[in-house]
Amino acid sequence: MSIMDRQNWMGLLARARPADLAALLPDLPQSQWLRPPEVGAVMVQGRTGGSGAPFHLGEITVTRCSLQLTCGTVGHAHVQGRDRDHAHRAALVDALMQTGAAADLQARILAPLARIETDARAARAGRAQATKVDFFTLVRGEDA
Amino acid sequence: MYVAVKGGERAIDNAHAWLAEDRRGDTTVAELSVPQIREQLALAVNRVMAEGSLYDPDLAALAIKQARGDLIEAVFLIRAYRTTLPRFGTSIPVDTARMRVDRRISATFKDLPGGQILGPTFDYTHRLLDFKLAAEGAPLAPTPQAAPDMAPVPHVTALLDRDELIEATPDTGEAPPDLTRQPLELPANRALRLQALARADEGFILSLAYSTQRGYGRTHAFVGELRIGAVAVELEIPELGFAITIGEMTLTECETVNQFKGSRTEPPQFTRGYGLVLGQCERKSIAMSLVDRALRWKELGEDFTGAPAQDEEFVLSHADNVQATGFLEHIKLPHYVDFQAELELVRRLRAEALAQTQPSPRAAAE
Repeated sequence: MSIMDRQNWMGLLARARPADLAALLPDLPQSQWLRPPEVGAVMVQGRTGGSGAPFHLGEITVTRCSLQLTCGTVGHAHVQGRDRDHAHRAALVDALMQTGAAADLQARILAPLARIETDARAARAGRAQATKVDFFTLVRGEDA
Repeated sequence: MYVAVKGGERAIDNAHAWLAEDRRGDTTVAELSVPQIREQLALAVNRVMAEGSLYDPDLAALAIKQARGDLIEAVFLIRAYRTTLPRFGTSIPVDTARMRVDRRISATFKDLPGGQILGPTFDYTHRLLDFKLAAEGAPLAPTPQAAPDMAPVPHVTALLDRDELIEATPDTGEAPPDLTRQPLELPANRALRLQALARADEGFILSLAYSTQRGYGRTHAFVGELRIGAVAVELEIPELGFAITIGEMTLTECETVNQFKGSRTEPPQFTRGYGLVLGQCERKSIAMSLVDRALRWKELGEDFTGAPAQDEEFVLSHADNVQATGFLEHIKLPHYVDFQAELELVRRLRAEALAQTQPSPRAAAE
């Protein structure tokens, strides 16, 4: 497991719709809280002119938690919104992905979540592309 | 002497009960759900998130329902709620160049990489009431789709920047101040001004921006680019030692290209105004970029013409609608003692004035 792999699945779990994750992981395996789900805020920064010095744009609600599986593996979650079950499931998958169950979870949970996300993004991008302007120039009087 | 008066408890309770009944309205009409508000009054939700300065569509929708559609009251509710939240940290600055755009237009270049993408806009609608919407359950025709293009769309100003035709906006690495942590101090740097403008009242910023267009601090703005879309929010997690994406948010970004300046040492160059707002808030982001540019007069060596939009103290002290409404509306609350004092004073002054203009009866008799 590389850091990048873990970043990828933690990001995917955080962006997933809570209902989609719940449908893919209905039963919660045993675990112990290291930090039970807590709702808070993260201050989001933008950059002046899109690329310059940072400034504070506004906050976003976030739920975080940490847990430990019975085997001792630790999982963390920071997910947008105030859904404690979402954070709980994300932390469980984060922990399980560090165990022997990783391949199974990848196929059963992460791959479907990635597919849902890719499809939703493509559908939106497709709608946006349909509103792209095709300019054409009319023949001007002096050219005729 | 300070006199405390109690009372009105029953009247207040009954007023709140009536408020709840009026909020519900006619019970023969179906009750509005929070998800309905979130999905179908999305631009009101976006405005409450932007001015409440908290990105959470469900909470903003709830606030709108509770406030009976009074958006400033809803913003107030969101601001009050956010003070109860622990701050987990500060994100890595969002990268708007990697935004997945729903909409991206430029008023300065017709043909540009990525093209003009209109998105779900009111522009070019006829602004005629659509009575079909008054009929419920009318099926929607499917939205046309084209082959998606997932490549990031470059910023228009980056194209000008390449040829040094526009001022650079270097990352100075300076830690930005935070209005939610320290009270506003003037003079403010640009980062503090942008934070204040991003959460400012849309109507106030709109009027100020309009005033610059009409000549009060004119800056000759073109909309170089306006884009709306989703960006990833990334946070460093100390216990992990690396950053992860914690979610996504929709932002509206406007970059204006403004009147150029030059000097003996520097050739003429366009200048920039910047607007970035939580959610889909197009009017606000355009207005913000105009006001941002007007406030930069000193840094760009321009004259202060006395225009309100150039006056940092005026703009920043009056832009927050929660502050403004708090101070404005407090004058309707009981001021009985203050007023009693004023009343006494006016009576005494009048008595003295009358005594001087009308000679006493004894004086007349003498």
